[in-house]
Amino acid sequence: MFIATQSQFARALADIRLGVWSIHLWPTLAWQEIKQRYRRSVLGPFWLTISTVLFIAGIGPLYGALMGQDTPRYIHFLAVGIIVWQFISGLITDGCQAFIAAEGYIKQTSLPLTIHAMRVVWRNVLIFAHNFLIVILVSAYFLPPWNWAMLTVPAGVLVIALNGLWLGLLLGLLSARFRDIPQIVTSLVQLLFFVTPIFWRPEMLTTNKWVTDWNPIFHLIELIRAPILGNPVPSGSWLFTVAVTTLGWFIAIVFFARYRARIAYWM
Amino acid sequence: MSSVIAKDVVVDFPIYGTRHRSFKSTVLRAATGGSLARAGNDRVVVRALDGLTFNFQAGDRVGLLGHNGSGKTTLLRVVAGAYEPVRGSISVQGTVASMLSITLGIDYEATGYENTFLLGAVMGQSRQQMLERLDDICNFSELGDFIYMPVRTYSSGMVMRLAFSIATSTPADIVLMDEWLNVRDRDFAQKAQARLEAMLDDAKIFFLASHDETLVRKNCNWALRLEHGKMVSLEPIGENA
Repeated sequence: MFIATQSQFARALADIRLGVWSIHLWPTLAWQEIKQRYRRSVLGPFWLTISTVLFIAGIGPLYGALMGQDTPRYIHFLAVGIIVWQFISGLITDGCQAFIAAEGYIKQTSLPLTIHAMRVVWRNVLIFAHNFLIVILVSAYFLPPWNWAMLTVPAGVLVIALNGLWLGLLLGLLSARFRDIPQIVTSLVQLLFFVTPIFWRPEMLTTNKWVTDWNPIFHLIELIRAPILGNPVPSGSWLFTVAVTTLGWFIAIVFFARYRARIAYWM
Repeated sequence: MSSVIAKDVVVDFPIYGTRHRSFKSTVLRAATGGSLARAGNDRVVVRALDGLTFNFQAGDRVGLLGHNGSGKTTLLRVVAGAYEPVRGSISVQGTVASMLSITLGIDYEATGYENTFLLGAVMGQSRQQMLERLDDICNFSELGDFIYMPVRTYSSGMVMRLAFSIATSTPADIVLMDEWLNVRDRDFAQKAQARLEAMLDDAKIFFLASHDETLVRKNCNWALRLEHGKMVSLEPIGENA
C-alpha cells in the first residue's frame, strides 16, 4: 500500500523534471511575491538586508562581550552564520507552505507541483542574495586574505538549495495533509536556532559534542561559513551534507511518488 | 488530433475535520451532493464522480448539466488535469485552456502590463508570445493607459475585462468553462460574446458546465447530465439532434 507503483514513480519524476525546467514560471512567481511584499516601499527587498544588519549590529557586540570574544571577529562569524541560517530556516518554514499557498493553481491547472516548491527555493535564494551583500561588506571590512576555499561557496549554496527542494516537496506534502505540521516545524526551527552554533562557536562545546556533530544544519552552514571565514570546508561536513541530501531526496521521492496525485484533493 | 477520453473515472474526496457524519448530512444527501461513504478510519469520503466513461473527439461541444454538487466542476478539473482520478483513466490530447477561474494568479499590486505576463506564464506562454499579443489585449480590454497602473486601482469591471482579454488571447484545442463568463458591463458584453464565440469556433472540443439548459442547448451539441457524480444521460442536442 505504501510503496508507489512504477507508473506513480514515473509520473512523480516527470513532475519534478518538468517543474524544475519550467524556468518561464517559478522565477517569475517568486520574484513577483517578493515585489508584492515590498511594493511602494522605497528600499524594496533591501529592507530584508537592513533588518538583518540591525539585528547583527544590535546583538553582535553584546553577545561578543558576553562570550568573551574578540568583537570584530565575532561579528564576522555571527553575520555569516545568521545569514546562512535565515536562508536554511526560510527554506524549511516556507517549504511547509509550498502547496498550501498554491491552492488556487493546484485546483485549477495541471502545472507540475514541483513548480511550487521551486518557487519557494528561488524566493529564498533571492532573499539570501540580498542578505549576502552584508557578508560581502563585513568580509571586505575585515579583509580576510583571499583563499581558494572561497571558490566552494557557490557549491555550498547549491547543496543548500537542493536540500530546500526536497524539503519543500516533503514538508509541503505533509503540511497539505496534516495542517498542524507547519506549527510543529516552526517550533522545532526555533529550537534548532539555539542548538546550532550560530551565536556560539562549535569549539566552545566541550562535552556533548554530538549536538554539533550530528546536526545537519550546522554542517550546511559550515559549507558557506567556513570558506568565507578563511578555512576550507571540513571534509566531514561535505560528507555529512551529501549523505543528508541523498537520504532526504530518497525519502521525499518515495512520499511524493505515492501521494503526489492526492495533494489536489487535500486542498 | 484532439480528444478527451474517459474510462470509468472515479473521484473521491476525503473530507478531513469532520469527526462524525451527522444526521443532517444524511438528510441533505437526498437533496444535494455526491454520495457520502465512510472510509475505514472514521474518515468521510465524498464520491464526486462515479464511473464516468465517454469519448469526445474534435467537433464535440459538451454541455454539463446537473444540480449543485453533482460533479460538473469536478469533471472540468479532471479534464484540466488538476485532479487525477482515484480509479479509471482520463486521456486528454491537445492544448487545454481552462477558464474555470480567469482571475487566478492576478497580483493586485502589479500593473495590468505585468499581470499580462504573469497570467500568460501560468497559461504556459512565454514573455515573447505575450508581447506579441499585448496590443490585442490592450485594445480589447479598453484599458488604455490604465494598463500601466496597478490592478488594485481598477474597478471590478476593468479587472474582469483584463482577465477576459488575457484568457481569450491564446487559442487552444480544448476549452473548459464553468458557467458562461459573466461580464456585467453591457457594451463590453457584446464584444466579449463575439470574441468568446470566435475562440470556441477555433477550439476543437469545448466543455461548458451550466445550470442553464437553454444556454447549453444554444452552444453545445452534446448534453451530459450528472447526478450524484454519475452520468445519467448523454444525448445529442442542437445541431446533432
